[in-house]
Amino acid sequence: MWWTRLKALIIKELLAVLRDPKGRMVLIGPPILQLLVFSYAATLEVRNVDVMVLNRDAGRWGYELIQRIGGAPTFRKIEYTQSVEALHDAINRQRVIAALHIGPTFSRDIEAGQPANVQIILDGRRSNASQIVGGYLTQIIANLAAETPAGRQGAPAGVGVVARNWFNPNLIYQWFMVPNLVASIALLIGLVVTALSVARERELGTFDQLMVSPLRTHEILIGKLTAPMLIGLFHITIYILAAVFFFKVPLRGSLVLLYGSAIFYLASVVGLGLFISSLSKTQQQAILGAFLFVVPATLLSGFATPIENMPDWLQPVTLINPLRYFLVIVKGVFLKDIPLSEVARNTLPLALIALVTLSAAAWLFRRRLE
Amino acid sequence: MTASASSAATESRRASARRLVALMRKESLQIIRDPSSILIAFVLPAVLLFLFGYGVSLDTVQTRVGLVIETQTPLTQDLAASFQASRYFDVAIARDRRAFEEDLVLGRVRGIIIVPATFTTDFAGQKNPTIQVIVDGSDTNTANFVQNYAQATVANWAAMRGAETAARPPPINAEYRFWFNPELKSRNFLVPGSVAIVMTLVGTLLTSLVVAREWERGTMEAIMATPVSAAELLAGKIVPYFLLGLTSMTLCVIIAILLFGVPFRGSLLALYALSAAFLVPALGQGMLISAATKNQFLASQVALMSGFLPAFLLSGFLFEISSMPTVIQWITLAVPARYLIQSLQTVFLAGDIWPMFLRDIAIMLLIGAIFFLLAARSTRKRIA
Repeated sequence: MWWTRLKALIIKELLAVLRDPKGRMVLIGPPILQLLVFSYAATLEVRNVDVMVLNRDAGRWGYELIQRIGGAPTFRKIEYTQSVEALHDAINRQRVIAALHIGPTFSRDIEAGQPANVQIILDGRRSNASQIVGGYLTQIIANLAAETPAGRQGAPAGVGVVARNWFNPNLIYQWFMVPNLVASIALLIGLVVTALSVARERELGTFDQLMVSPLRTHEILIGKLTAPMLIGLFHITIYILAAVFFFKVPLRGSLVLLYGSAIFYLASVVGLGLFISSLSKTQQQAILGAFLFVVPATLLSGFATPIENMPDWLQPVTLINPLRYFLVIVKGVFLKDIPLSEVARNTLPLALIALVTLSAAAWLFRRRLE
Repeated sequence: MTASASSAATESRRASARRLVALMRKESLQIIRDPSSILIAFVLPAVLLFLFGYGVSLDTVQTRVGLVIETQTPLTQDLAASFQASRYFDVAIARDRRAFEEDLVLGRVRGIIIVPATFTTDFAGQKNPTIQVIVDGSDTNTANFVQNYAQATVANWAAMRGAETAARPPPINAEYRFWFNPELKSRNFLVPGSVAIVMTLVGTLLTSLVVAREWERGTMEAIMATPVSAAELLAGKIVPYFLLGLTSMTLCVIIAILLFGVPFRGSLLALYALSAAFLVPALGQGMLISAATKNQFLASQVALMSGFLPAFLLSGFLFEISSMPTVIQWITLAVPARYLIQSLQTVFLAGDIWPMFLRDIAIMLLIGAIFFLLAARSTRKRIA
């Protein structure tokens, strides 16, 4: 009896989201497009850098320096100029991120064994990228310096550094980005779908009808919970397939662990969605409320910047963020084959968040009724 | 022209003005009465700025690494000390790499730096002394960071040891100047950028939701049946959100300057001209989305995916556009936030560079005009 009621409710919930062809499209098309666009776009690597050069030096060392910069893979185009004004203007207007000024005595100083100066202006408005570009230039200049007469003479014992990258030997950016996106797009979709489900009914007045139906509160809750979770699992499945077959991210851990924890993750996301939903009176409030949660949750998850880089007083806030835990699991299962104990350690907080938010939502539902 | 005709014209103009004022009043009341509008226009901007001011930092701070010293000698201790003194690393020391291998899998350390047992003898005998660095490649950014700074720390240390024996200046002296942001605080460019995100939220997300609700409930058709003309209707909707957008921008700028100490070197004129120009495409996009979807759920999804996420990811706010694949670089040309963000960062950090601003304003207005044309077409079609 209760099963028939529940099944009807779940089917109704699925239909409410999927009946409208536009709604179906919005749930399937854009998330996949996002995965494609953002996994390629969201890179903190710096490539295709344009630099401007003002070379007052007539000798071979200035020319050699420019040639080496031009030949380095990071740099795309070298523009030449004869005036300091043009150099400054190019930086001001962001036509180039770095500008080199080589003085007239550059080669002469090098041949004479004097320290030769080169001035480098970098655009501090993009301080992150310009620091990286500065690092590349330092390397090129250091290599050149080692070949100068003075450099060759007193070559000290260089200490070699051999780097090895575990889990991602060639540091392929998509291997890092795609698992991150799997977790965060599922959060966005799951939260919005759930947050709207109750708010829509309340706005249309059908929620009261639902409440006076023979369904019990917990049955309504389960019904409202199941449909978004099925949609979420569907999304996660598509993303995992895309990650493995399209992006060729190695799946080193166990799928069972991944899906097992995904169920708890989705339950916590849906719980948050229902909680937001039960607090809002209109769809607009529900959408904006969900949004107000998603943005900080994404920023404070360790996705873009590691949690340990955040100030100490801010770090505890991330403990209530489900994305934080699931990111560790998705990345860990994909790339690191993390052990069951580590998956469990990150799944437990998810289960707790789900429990708390679902109980709160149930309590709020019941309170509305009285 | 007779007197009566001219008075009738004045009369109709006055009526039009009255209708417009009434519409704007209705819209403003709706904004003020709905807590969620206030939430988006004032609370979210504050939260966002706060997060970009404190939470998201691209600046490099103490990353946890394990340092393995296989043989203790004065030389390796000296090297270890220079790692411990580095402001980039938080170092734990062990004698065996196995002590850290599990930590690396569980993400407790981001890298392992290994000074092999033969290091001291190799260094003394000049036989290519080598240090091994193992990093956690599952986070490529941090991996690159650990590699680069480990290399830099070792190079510095070697140079210091060399300087003690040779004491010679470097053959080439590169003098770096980071203009506009000499302390290289990422906050200084993230905070101006987040102002653009906030205006995208107010202009595109909030507007598309509000107008979509009118369509959903059928009140849009009801308004259209009144003597209100299409232009008045559009103006009545847009002006209040335009002002709301400028208000929350002002709030953001005040927080940025007073709380985060971001320098403001340009003029208020440039700031408002750029922001006003940006709100044209942002509002146009909001109107287009609502007219095309006529449904709050769809509008919110489309606004998030075509407005918020591109403003966040494809605008040069966090990620360098020049590093993206060519096809995606083309897409970014149509993202209005791209033009606002580079100009806003300039207004804050560099000052007024009008040739750049005028170009960006022109492009934003052009994109805005296209959005409004499409929105008008889509509205007319639906009614007919």
